[in-house]
Amino acid sequence: MKTHNKLFLLFAYALALAMLNGCKPKGPQEAITGNAAEKVYVAPGKYDEFYNIVSGGFNGQMSVYGIPSGRLFRIIPVFSQFPENGYGYSEETKPMLNTSHGYVPWDDLHHISLSVTNGEHDGRWAFGNANNTPRVARVNLKTFRTEEILELPNSGGNHSSPFITENSEYIVAGTRFSVPVGDKRDVPITSYKENFKGTISFIKIDPQSGKMNIGFQLKTPGVDFDLSRAGKGPSHGWFFFSCYNTERAYTLLEVNASQKDKDFILAVNWKKAEEYVAQGKATKSKVKYAHNVLDDKTHTATSEMLTEVLQLDPTILKDIAYFIPCPKSPHGCDTDPSGEYIVASGKLAALIPVFSFTKMQKAIADKDFEGEYEGIPVIKYESALYGEVKKPGLGPLHTEFDNNGNAYTSFFVSSEIVKWNVKSLQVLDRVPTYYSIGHLSVPGGPTRKPHGKYVIAYNKITKDRYLPTGPEMTQSAQLYDISGDKMQLLLDFPTTGEPHYAEAIPASLVMPNSTKIFKIEENNHPYVTKGEKMAKVERKGNEVHVYMTAIRSHLVPDNIEGIKLGDVVYFHVTNLEQDWDVPHGFAVKGASNAEILIMPGETQTLKWVPDEVGVSPFYCTDFCSALHQEMQGYARVSAPGSNVPLKFSTGVIADESKSSPK
Amino acid sequence: MKKLSHITRIIIVVSSLSLVITYFVPLWQILMWAPQYPEGLEMKIWHNTLTGEVRTISALNHYIGMRPIEVSMFPELGYIKYIIGFLVTFGLATALIGKRFMLFSFLGLLCATGVSALVDFYLWGYDYGHTLNPEAPIRIEGMSYQPPLIGTKQLLNFTAFSGPDIGGWIFIISASVLFASLFYEWKKNK
Repeated sequence: MKTHNKLFLLFAYALALAMLNGCKPKGPQEAITGNAAEKVYVAPGKYDEFYNIVSGGFNGQMSVYGIPSGRLFRIIPVFSQFPENGYGYSEETKPMLNTSHGYVPWDDLHHISLSVTNGEHDGRWAFGNANNTPRVARVNLKTFRTEEILELPNSGGNHSSPFITENSEYIVAGTRFSVPVGDKRDVPITSYKENFKGTISFIKIDPQSGKMNIGFQLKTPGVDFDLSRAGKGPSHGWFFFSCYNTERAYTLLEVNASQKDKDFILAVNWKKAEEYVAQGKATKSKVKYAHNVLDDKTHTATSEMLTEVLQLDPTILKDIAYFIPCPKSPHGCDTDPSGEYIVASGKLAALIPVFSFTKMQKAIADKDFEGEYEGIPVIKYESALYGEVKKPGLGPLHTEFDNNGNAYTSFFVSSEIVKWNVKSLQVLDRVPTYYSIGHLSVPGGPTRKPHGKYVIAYNKITKDRYLPTGPEMTQSAQLYDISGDKMQLLLDFPTTGEPHYAEAIPASLVMPNSTKIFKIEENNHPYVTKGEKMAKVERKGNEVHVYMTAIRSHLVPDNIEGIKLGDVVYFHVTNLEQDWDVPHGFAVKGASNAEILIMPGETQTLKWVPDEVGVSPFYCTDFCSALHQEMQGYARVSAPGSNVPLKFSTGVIADESKSSPK
Repeated sequence: MKKLSHITRIIIVVSSLSLVITYFVPLWQILMWAPQYPEGLEMKIWHNTLTGEVRTISALNHYIGMRPIEVSMFPELGYIKYIIGFLVTFGLATALIGKRFMLFSFLGLLCATGVSALVDFYLWGYDYGHTLNPEAPIRIEGMSYQPPLIGTKQLLNFTAFSGPDIGGWIFIISASVLFASLFYEWKKNK
């Protein structure tokens, strides 16, 4: 063979190998284009346009981000202890986490609902649900603090919650797990069909104070409620719930709850239900559930155990609940801004059904039913259907809306957001998410007047998006501009916990009301100390109560003697500052709980059970001032039966007895 | 004796009565900024009281050994109301009598009040800024903290400003208008 022929063969072979390699599919494209950086840049000292109130999932908290910057501003402790500020550790906040099971220091917060008036954000409260030990919580958007937690009886897990009606009349709580309820609860799991029941609680919101109480519960067949949305505009007065496991499986649900071609959307006429309650048609159910409320004047939470709830049975009161068949284990169940369309997303479906409220009402009026499921009428699928979005993607989960009649649906399996038009049902655009999006949020997306502008993807899988931090990593979110015809990826930002649903609200509705300090004159805490001259230490049996003040840069008293081993010491620390952003912290050596952070004008209590004889230091934990490091003191603990008298002071130096810091 | 024109007499009435407003607005203001206080701290001096973030200013001042600021430190706040009352009465009397020497006296009285107030304020500021607790956490050799009389001054990390508030400006404007009127009368009769 000639040399040039050999060379040619070698070249051809190399080319073939190169082409083969070229056939390998490429990884995710980096789709950042043009002016993305400019659109998310919030200059130093400038503010974001939106607050993003994001559920923390398994951290049990809510977190607050700025949009479009994606910066994290704060984590609000809700259902989990938070040693960082003493939530759930201080004597004042422990009652917030009380339940019928006793103290439950953790939960799984999935969904956020912001309060609305006339279907629009009013910037007053954020509600969140506890998925594990069923509860709902209310956070005040003035203080960004959890003010109230209400437990839900007859519930196995509160997932379908805390979605809200158009004027914040009710938030709902549908049980994810049906469970045996009533007196007979020790039953074989295999008796599911016979004994397991679902409930949906309608929690009434006081329009002034925001206080919650269970208005009534609907008893439902033993299915699993997943998500829900209230009607609005023409459909105000109705609520729509997705449910799965109509097979009523109790084991290997992955397979056994995916057998039927269609599960259901449950449409509830809650105005009608309200009337039945008013007519006395509800029955009383004996239960036990906790109601915990934080008083903003005493800065102290109290927990009350309630024993009764009103229940309605839709199999007897026939005109309050209707099932609508919906393909393949529906998850998201979202009403569009007009209130006419209800978008349901079957997790395993290859299409998205859109139901029409008008057609549904007509079907009900005409009794256009295909039969009953466990005593509840089932409307014919076609009779309620407006149309289907064909081949939108794989694994549709949730849908949000913009102000131009478009919908944005998240697809877990195909990892993308798909934009489509609600009226025409045509797919308009799609963008990849990194990776496997769960929920998504358009500012004002669930309201009657969406603010639009952005869609945020909250993803379930992070993989290679950030610098790796071992097997456990942050979660990832993406921000997209939706102001044009095509969605544009702007920003990738890490999120804390494991976000599920989130809402975004214009800063202008929240920022002007933000509390800066608590007025010391209005502090009604039973152990408040409203001036250094009133600081004292009192003994009540084996309890020692320290009435302490904190102000830059000293604690009064800072020398305490006469504590004995076996005593329980309560440090009631009042922050005397009346100045913005001057919290003081307090910690004592060996305390088996956490620090407390005390905001200006507030009183918080740290319980300390000394376990050794000696002198224990305590100090301010929040770098408050130039002399913060000097803000410290000592507590002397003597043996039981010692005769050291109880005494306390600040600025008293032995043998000189002069008082220094004013 | 030179009689005042009608227009001047009306101006005197208006100027005198405008001093009544100073009962309801702050006379003087002290503003402070620091890197940690971008929003600023303010103290307003009224004829009978102090308002603003006095408590916070006092809390900060304790580091350098200054006494807490309290209303009781200023006996003046007890009798400024009589001075204002006297000035208003004198002004109205001037307009009634309508003689030029009265206007001259009224203007002199106003200016004397203003100067005395400033002198008084300076003396207080000197005492407040120099009488320091020798055990203060922060002591800087040779440093005193007298607030500015009028204008801006840097005091450690704080930029302090002192100047008239609405009430003070009413005094200044009244005096200026009366001065212009006096000049007008003098020109007219020359």
